[in-house]
Amino acid sequence: MKIRAQIGMVLNLDKCIGCHTCSVTCKNVWTSREGMEYAWFNNVETKPGIGFPKQWEDQEKWKGGWVRKKNGKIELKTGGRLKTLANIFANPNLPEIDDYYEPFTFDYEHLHKAPLSATAPTARPRSLITGKRMEKIEWGPNWEEILGGEFEKRSQDANFEAVQKEIYGQFENSFMMYLPRLCEHCLNPACVAACPSGSIYKREEDGIVLVDQDKCRGWRMCVSACPYKKIYYNWQSGKAEKCTFCYPRIESGLPTVCSETCVGRIRYLGVLLYDADRILDAASVEGEKDLYESQLSLFLDPNDPEIQVQAARDGVPDAWIKAAQASPVYRMAMDWKVAFPLHPEYRTLPMVWYVPPLSPIQSAANSGVLGMNGAIPDVEQLRIPLKYLANLLTAGDEAPVKLALKRLLSMRAFMRARHVEQREAPELLSEVGLSREQVEAMYKVLAIANYEDRFVVPTTHREYAENAFDLKGSCGFSFGNGCSDGMSSETSLFGKKPKIIPIKAV
Amino acid sequence: MIHDFLFGIYPYIAFSVFILGSLIRFDRDQYTWKSDSSQLLRRGQLRLGSNCFHAGILLLFFGHAVGLLTPPAVYHELGLTVESKQWLAMIAGGVFGTLCLLGLVLLAHRRLTEARIRATSTSMDIFILFWILATLGLGLATIAVSLSHPDGGVMLQLASWAQHVVTLRGGAAELIASVPLLYRVHLFFGMTLFLLFPFSRLVHVWSGFGTMAYLVRPHQLVRTRGRAK
Repeated sequence: MKIRAQIGMVLNLDKCIGCHTCSVTCKNVWTSREGMEYAWFNNVETKPGIGFPKQWEDQEKWKGGWVRKKNGKIELKTGGRLKTLANIFANPNLPEIDDYYEPFTFDYEHLHKAPLSATAPTARPRSLITGKRMEKIEWGPNWEEILGGEFEKRSQDANFEAVQKEIYGQFENSFMMYLPRLCEHCLNPACVAACPSGSIYKREEDGIVLVDQDKCRGWRMCVSACPYKKIYYNWQSGKAEKCTFCYPRIESGLPTVCSETCVGRIRYLGVLLYDADRILDAASVEGEKDLYESQLSLFLDPNDPEIQVQAARDGVPDAWIKAAQASPVYRMAMDWKVAFPLHPEYRTLPMVWYVPPLSPIQSAANSGVLGMNGAIPDVEQLRIPLKYLANLLTAGDEAPVKLALKRLLSMRAFMRARHVEQREAPELLSEVGLSREQVEAMYKVLAIANYEDRFVVPTTHREYAENAFDLKGSCGFSFGNGCSDGMSSETSLFGKKPKIIPIKAV
Repeated sequence: MIHDFLFGIYPYIAFSVFILGSLIRFDRDQYTWKSDSSQLLRRGQLRLGSNCFHAGILLLFFGHAVGLLTPPAVYHELGLTVESKQWLAMIAGGVFGTLCLLGLVLLAHRRLTEARIRATSTSMDIFILFWILATLGLGLATIAVSLSHPDGGVMLQLASWAQHVVTLRGGAAELIASVPLLYRVHLFFGMTLFLLFPFSRLVHVWSGFGTMAYLVRPHQLVRTRGRAK
């Protein structure tokens, strides 16, 4: 056993209001640069829909993630090592920028300079790549906002597999939910495995997956290999870029920008201890529906004294073991089983998890009578089909999602009884296998969601690895070659330089 | 005089700049070291063009290396006469060159006519593309000239020039003084490609060979702070 720690994230979809604050703050901090205008490290999609880039979940089209071969070993869906190298001159599975959208700005100047006319002047779009007029904007990171567009097109959504989707095109039966997406910082990342230069890596201390910008050669294999399409090719710098999990903030014990600014307070950050030696086994189990359970089996109980001893021996700092014990992510994923990985069938073992959303009761709208299953509403009658959520979160296995939804409903009913009817209703809990303490903790974390309960992020112990005194007066967080003196002069023998803002410590 | 410079001294200048320039750029400006792919902006002709071009030019490179640097004794031992070696060189060069030319023309067309690619191209990108095109065109033209002297004499002269240059023996330039001008212009263009190499996107060729390490490395890479610095 080799214990490593990772900062995981959970998004409580039941509370996401689709305001896009996460996307906007992320963009302002990380991707408001030439070449990255089209890239959204975080974006919020309305489901059902085909998403951003188009059809990202259709792995028959994009070939992301891993597949299990007949001999029980897993291989990148894009192909083995030789095939990857053979495709290096032209990657057959690379999306074109139109699958995202051509970045644009508007002719704002025209609003100031337009001569007097009968109609108000307009600011029309202009491409940020060519500078030319764009007649029509065709796609974007949130194109299907609140079920925008025809059902015919949106129903190409891969999560409709094995769902009789036609009826959901009718107005009375339509359903929707928001899905904020970012890099999953997987335990078995396909992007890392696909990189011919070996420039992408997972950090041992906190599990964050990063692209070494100096080592990236722009071979673009990671873009195809990532089934979530969360690695972007910067067309200006020629390098791959991805969500950094705001590592400078995480290292300082602060939540990521998307989490910090979340208006609905839906995001949670916490430490998970896992067995790094068993990653490959867990990703290679035969049945796709078993992948959720096999990933759960990697997570270790931070309250187990033996695990604590082993973790300390493997170099996990004490503060991190303590943080793991208070981790909201561990509680939601392991104790209460209300959080799930996004598309475990991709076999990347993703580490950004989701609490499935509740939705209005379908039959209540139809007949005026609430369908009840025991003391709580029947989850089969929720407007969002169980199968759809299961396809999204558990490779199609409905049972775990059903239990999670029932637990969420029970928690609500129990707390409503306590606060509104002034009575205890333990019968609500036995049905879903929760104790009173568990429900009270769930209520505190999920419903009250105080800052300190949502974010349990220990600071990084840099001093274990580096002599901090040597860092005094040296380069701080920077970008690209920001710290190299070779980049400090205006002219370079070696071609056009990217615009950079070197940040030097005073 | 110019001849002596171009074929006696210039090869060493070009090669030194190629090696030192690559090393310095790798050391100081690695962020600029990349393939600079434009596939994201427009797929179009790239798949056919890029595959043909790269396959063609790599085969040409290795063909030249083997053809020019193999000592006559070695291929005589293998039962290859000078005449048949020239035919081999002409046919292989013709096939690979045509493949490369097809790809290059597609890539050049795409780079010049696609608005997105044109707008994001540096002047060096376009210059290097046409420099390769010119070198390739000259090379293909020499095949036609070679048809008029199938005895392999010119080929031997060129090979011994290359072998003299590589083994640092003096008097290399004199060996090709009588070679038709077309060959010598092709040589100049070819050598200049190495001179331009560190200052253009061509540096990614080093990394292309470097990707062979991908075949043997473990799938997952984990870095720790301790090991990183």
